[in-house]
Amino acid sequence: MLGRPRLYTAYRQEAQLLPTWTQKVICTLFVAVLFLLPFELPVISQIPLVRFLGDNDWMRPMALMMVLAIAALGLNLLAGVAGQVSLGHAFFMGVGACTAVYLGGRSGEETWGHSLPIWIWLPAAGVVAALVGVAVSPVAVRLRGLYLAIVTLGLVFLGIHFGNTSWGRKIAGPPALGREFPGLDVRLWKEETPLINVEDDGHWLWFDVTDLQKRYLFLLVLTIAFTLVAKNLTRTRTGRALQAIRDRDIAAEVMGVPEFRYKVIAFAVSSFFAGVAGALFSALSQRILATDFGLFLSVEFIAILLIGGAGTTSGTLIGTFFVVMVPQFVEEFTKWLDRAEGGLTEQLARFLLTEGDDFGFINTAIQTPGWTLSVFDWNIVLFGALIVVFLIVEPLGIFGIWVRVRNYWKRWPFSY
Amino acid sequence: MVGTAGGRLSAVDLRKGAPMGFLIGALGASLIFGVVQLANDPALFFQTLMKSLGLGSVYALIALGFVLIFKATQTVNFAQGALAATGALFLAFLVQKRSVFTEGESVVERAGHIPFTNISNPLDNLGGPQWVHWSLSVVVALAFAAVVGLVVERLAIRPMIGEPLFSVAVITLGLEIMFRVFNNDAVEIELRPIGVPWKLDGFKVGDAFINWSFVAAMVTAAAAFVAVYFFYRSRLGIAMRAVAFDQEAAMAQGINVGRVFAIAWAAGAVLAAIGGIFATQPPVEQQISVDQSTANIAFRALPAVILGGLDSVTGALLGGLIVGVAEIYAGQYAAANTSWLGAGYPLIVPYVVMIIGLLVRPYGLFGTPEIERV
Repeated sequence: MLGRPRLYTAYRQEAQLLPTWTQKVICTLFVAVLFLLPFELPVISQIPLVRFLGDNDWMRPMALMMVLAIAALGLNLLAGVAGQVSLGHAFFMGVGACTAVYLGGRSGEETWGHSLPIWIWLPAAGVVAALVGVAVSPVAVRLRGLYLAIVTLGLVFLGIHFGNTSWGRKIAGPPALGREFPGLDVRLWKEETPLINVEDDGHWLWFDVTDLQKRYLFLLVLTIAFTLVAKNLTRTRTGRALQAIRDRDIAAEVMGVPEFRYKVIAFAVSSFFAGVAGALFSALSQRILATDFGLFLSVEFIAILLIGGAGTTSGTLIGTFFVVMVPQFVEEFTKWLDRAEGGLTEQLARFLLTEGDDFGFINTAIQTPGWTLSVFDWNIVLFGALIVVFLIVEPLGIFGIWVRVRNYWKRWPFSY
Repeated sequence: MVGTAGGRLSAVDLRKGAPMGFLIGALGASLIFGVVQLANDPALFFQTLMKSLGLGSVYALIALGFVLIFKATQTVNFAQGALAATGALFLAFLVQKRSVFTEGESVVERAGHIPFTNISNPLDNLGGPQWVHWSLSVVVALAFAAVVGLVVERLAIRPMIGEPLFSVAVITLGLEIMFRVFNNDAVEIELRPIGVPWKLDGFKVGDAFINWSFVAAMVTAAAAFVAVYFFYRSRLGIAMRAVAFDQEAAMAQGINVGRVFAIAWAAGAVLAAIGGIFATQPPVEQQISVDQSTANIAFRALPAVILGGLDSVTGALLGGLIVGVAEIYAGQYAAANTSWLGAGYPLIVPYVVMIIGLLVRPYGLFGTPEIERV
């Protein structure tokens, strides 16, 4: 086995999560590093990327990344595995967030809420989103391709409008302000002191952990669980049926795969992921805002799939890392340039940065009066450009690049 | 290539009983409602009708742009709204020295710090009345929009020939995001007046007040549809339809597919820009200036395209009118329930109409169903 990694003698072997020893070792190490990342440990903190990703300032984007990863895994099941491209993923996230805030939020004059603990509102967010997904799927099953994409896009606009209605604002809060969202503290019921305190600094096992680190670990456990569910689902009968539908729906039906039932399942599972992610998304900022769940968020997930590589779990995770972290890197780079003194970096800073209308590309002033764009705007442009460039140059995404590199070294020195 | 065949609007399929019954019920109810309202207050009804036809014409114009591009290149152009805003913005730049704010000062005098206000514009040196200057500016702005369309097609769409339809659609989404940042940067927080000669004026028919812009939108839409009707019967138009039917076969017949793509995108961008200019005027907005929400017109018109069918010119016209009528009538006659329906509820009416319509006909009213082979 060791010498011939691609030799399979049983179906079980071929369907393994991690077929080779190298993959098993690397994956274990990777997960271990992820868990130890926030803490300043002697060896691990010296690994190049880990050194600053583990920094307390980076915990927030890391947490956001994991929430988006859960949602992206859901969309991957629907769009990547089952081939039903939906632009309405943000809508299902919004459904989850609204459910969570309705169950977990406090009730008041302007708001409805039941102050229930997280172990009720988090699963409920997923279940209600899944039910809405099932309710929508009869329409969706009748449609194909672009028609489906545009109808699900319509759902997003309906969802944003929800915050404008008199009953919707009791759940989602006033349109522009939003509403306070329950934190991630784990309580048994409605008691004062939480069973597991996630929202304050404290002490876990042998470590002093800040609130950001706690949230990171909490979300990490959830993300790993959802990744396993998503990955395992593609190995089951259901997953194979979904792939058959993606590849050719009529052929799948001829082979005896009930198209309608499996499309409904795909919508339900994907919406469940989205609902949970939506609740966590709002819990991170502790505020729910109906307009957050707009078209841009949906496009972000499509971009994650396309940049990472649609249909692959690892590609989805890489794509999420890329889409969330690249803007952070650009921002950090600009800050670093702005502080630079002397040498080449200052010349570069003088060339790139500006505070007014004079020559330069990135405006570092707090208010940007001129025609130059701020870092924030440039990041959005970069995001759009990344979508376009990746689709034109590498339609299979980062995963495709990885496969090409891997195959090159596998066959080396032969070209095929 | 997916083979398509002309299963045109056939008799109502009785298997779709439930949704069809719902649709007929809804249509009947609205008809009765309309008759009652007509008897109640004819002036208001007439005014609402003209307004809704104006809005429907704007939607139809944008939808026509979508359909032209889709028919030739099989691409749903999500960047249509960004192209609309770009065209309207360019018009705003061209007319900014002549267009006048309420107190009689021009944009340039009002705020020196707004970007792109100091570009010299040869059109300003021409004499003549205001409307001549404005019309020339419109022509230049539309030409500019066509150039933008050509550039976008050449750089982002041409390399994607033969790729899956959805990939190309997502590319246009990426373009939309990029364009929108630049457009918003050019608008900043100021409104950019586009200096239409008829402003917010109108005329009265009985008690009903009708804006000139409604009439302008209807006339423009009618002209555009007639132009497209004749264009499709010209040599180039036939080539375009051949490309829409089967790219490879068209190529084998000696049709320059690349040129057809380019022309479709140029025409689509021009229609988008016209739509963008109308998107700043009364049936849609009251400001007669470009602002950050102008680009949303395409997403508001998208239901019209889908309802009519992505590849049907007739569908674009009818879809636009239906959606426009539904939106304005809902806004006019359901206003008593605003708190329950939420502020701005007319804006989502098109999407509701679209979803109901698609339940009955999954490829839109006049769309060509895909014939699939295993």
